[in-house]
Amino acid sequence: MAVEKMSIAKALNESLRKALEQDPKVLIMGEDVGKLGGVFRITDGLQKDFGEERVIDTPLAESGIVGTAIGLALRGYRPVVEIQFDGFVFPAYDQIVTQLAKMHARALGKVKMPVVVRIPYAGGIGAVEHHSESPEALFAHVPGLKVVSPSNASDAYWMLQQAILSDDPVIFFEPKRRYWDKGEVDFDAIPGELHKARVTREGSDVTLAAYGPMVKVCLEAAAAAAEEGKSVEVLDLRSMSPVDFDGIQASVEKTRRLVVVHEAPVFLGVGAEVAARITERCFYHLEAPVLRVGGFHAPYPPARLEDEYLPGLDRVLDAVDRSLAY
Amino acid sequence: MTVESTAARKPRRSSGTKRAAGAANAAAKPAAATAQTQDAVPQLVQLLTPEGDRVDNAENAEFAPFVADITTEDLRGLYRDMVMTRRFDGEATALQRQGELGLWASLLGQEAAQIGSGRALNDEDYVFPTYREHGVAWCRGVDPTNLLGMFRGVNHGGWDPNTNNFHLYTIVIGSQTLHATGYAMGVAKDGADSAVIAYFGDGASSQGDVAEAFTFSAVYNSPVVFFCQNNQWAISEPTERQMRVPLYQRAQGFGFPGVRVDGNDVLACLAVTRWALDRARRGEGPTLVEAFTYRMGAHTTSDDPTKYRRDEETAAWEAKDPILRLKAHLLATGGADEAFFTELEAESEAMGKRVREAVRAMPDPDTMAIFENVYADGHALVDEERAQFAAYLASFEEGH
Ligand SMILES: Cc1ncc(C[n+]2csc(CCOP(=O)(O)OP(=O)(O)O)c2C)c(N)n1
Repeated sequence: MAVEKMSIAKALNESLRKALEQDPKVLIMGEDVGKLGGVFRITDGLQKDFGEERVIDTPLAESGIVGTAIGLALRGYRPVVEIQFDGFVFPAYDQIVTQLAKMHARALGKVKMPVVVRIPYAGGIGAVEHHSESPEALFAHVPGLKVVSPSNASDAYWMLQQAILSDDPVIFFEPKRRYWDKGEVDFDAIPGELHKARVTREGSDVTLAAYGPMVKVCLEAAAAAAEEGKSVEVLDLRSMSPVDFDGIQASVEKTRRLVVVHEAPVFLGVGAEVAARITERCFYHLEAPVLRVGGFHAPYPPARLEDEYLPGLDRVLDAVDRSLAY
Repeated sequence: MTVESTAARKPRRSSGTKRAAGAANAAAKPAAATAQTQDAVPQLVQLLTPEGDRVDNAENAEFAPFVADITTEDLRGLYRDMVMTRRFDGEATALQRQGELGLWASLLGQEAAQIGSGRALNDEDYVFPTYREHGVAWCRGVDPTNLLGMFRGVNHGGWDPNTNNFHLYTIVIGSQTLHATGYAMGVAKDGADSAVIAYFGDGASSQGDVAEAFTFSAVYNSPVVFFCQNNQWAISEPTERQMRVPLYQRAQGFGFPGVRVDGNDVLACLAVTRWALDRARRGEGPTLVEAFTYRMGAHTTSDDPTKYRRDEETAAWEAKDPILRLKAHLLATGGADEAFFTELEAESEAMGKRVREAVRAMPDPDTMAIFENVYADGHALVDEERAQFAAYLASFEEGH
């Protein structure tokens, strides 16, 4: 069963299963992760097979979940905690920002914080408020945290393995509207580096850089652009902290144009950092300013407006056209 | 904007009444109502048995006087409230199944806790609900269709909280208990003769925010009632996953009384909440009321309780149904005849139909609503993005 086709949800489940099998110090913690298997069923069946001591239903308290995970990590465990939805990470934000992120530095490097915080994030599932947000920039801004997001089943499997093996805290954003998308997972592969961007479609006219849920939109945009004779390269950033600026630079040196796409608000988002760095690094290569497509400086809207709010094919193609028009 | 809520909302001034004097006595020993022991089977204030019989016992003696004024007509009103609320809830569940709502959090089984506590309130009291308080909203006179906007996905709230002193639903668990506490601190500062009530679930009691609300309200002696509907489950997690002592006993550690009431007994819920509100209004500070009840349905329409819950448990609670209990009482005491129930049936059907039609006719919001009310004072970035997006949308109309 070296290669198998499965959903992102299933790949994450398999990844957690493998981590539990390989290292007795790995623990799963969160609300409803046990019997229910999580509201998205990412931990389905794990408590049954690994017991309540390893797959732990926690009280309904996010600060408690992350705070105790820090203590468990101090004691040598490797907790993988689940935050039920993006908007509910904030009760734990204090623990993540003031404690989890800084512990290694404060302890002169003598203490490690191998904690993974899994967060189903971003929109597109027609949910009520606090269930569709993209707070990745708030975490990427914090020194000491690593922030990643897979966009396909293979990355879901391998990136989660790598996050759990990492001795640093990793905020692992799962694109919830892609949970049911299927893709091939090669269980025997040698995975690429966790923080390296990947070219998912080659092109020569303009680079689209995205991560998580927007990679699929960008691939569709590239396919549509190809019909109009435009050659669009799609780069999956995969990691928002650190960002693989070398990977982006290599692509931009080829295409000379860059559009960064994410669901999160554009203002002070990951795209802003990418635009600034790439402008510094590639000033003489660029034929157009780096453009950004993303959310507005407004609360994530009610479900009936999310199709208009979320960057879709048209908005991405519009940015491609604007870039090419310079 | 009062819609179809007719049961009397009597102003209840405590000063000078006989009952208040009695209650003041009781309040001098508030812990009497809160079993100090760690009994395995904690005490439960009950006035109506599951069979519909009135009971008088030591546990309810302190509270029974608070419903001494309730007439047969009032009882019929409470019954009507529960039936209408259940009908509304059932309609919303059906609308979700038909794709008209994205999600619904049903209150099925919790009608007595919500109507009993909701009818204990005065007009000027302020309510901080979570997301399941459709029965309390009913008592406040909120148009039921207003509750559906956020579940349909057309808004994030849908009503002006100040119209009915009923705050917006809060989805982040436990947050509103602090808002209620702060509001109550303001009420006390203003010297107002009103109280505040905060609703939350058993799961919510694990949140730090709730502990901090307890702390603040105790320290500032705030006129707030914490009304916890212990419906036994926080999605898939039973109460044992949240706490190891009976929930109402937690108040003791913070320095205020806690009472466990039969949450399926509307009369007991009314009595205990009035008692707690009275304490608050008299300046005696917060109270924790634990309404011991049961969530008969799924957590929300997205949930599958068969994954974690046993049928026998649900069946056992069915026998304690809050509506059947009051019906039995009304029938046994001659408080209502068949005609009353038949008329109510027709009335609730008509309300269901009206809600159904209103929801189907509910328009989607205008796209540009995304940029509305982001700031009270306006904001240059929002203005810029609004203009850019409008131009972008217009480009399609021009055949860009
Ligand atoms: C801070 C936060 N964490 C998680 C959730 C997801 N969630 C919604 S309802 C719920 C269970 C709530 O249980 P309880 O407080 O007992 O209230 P009930 O729904 O049973 O009335 C959870 C975990 C949330 N809304 N907010």
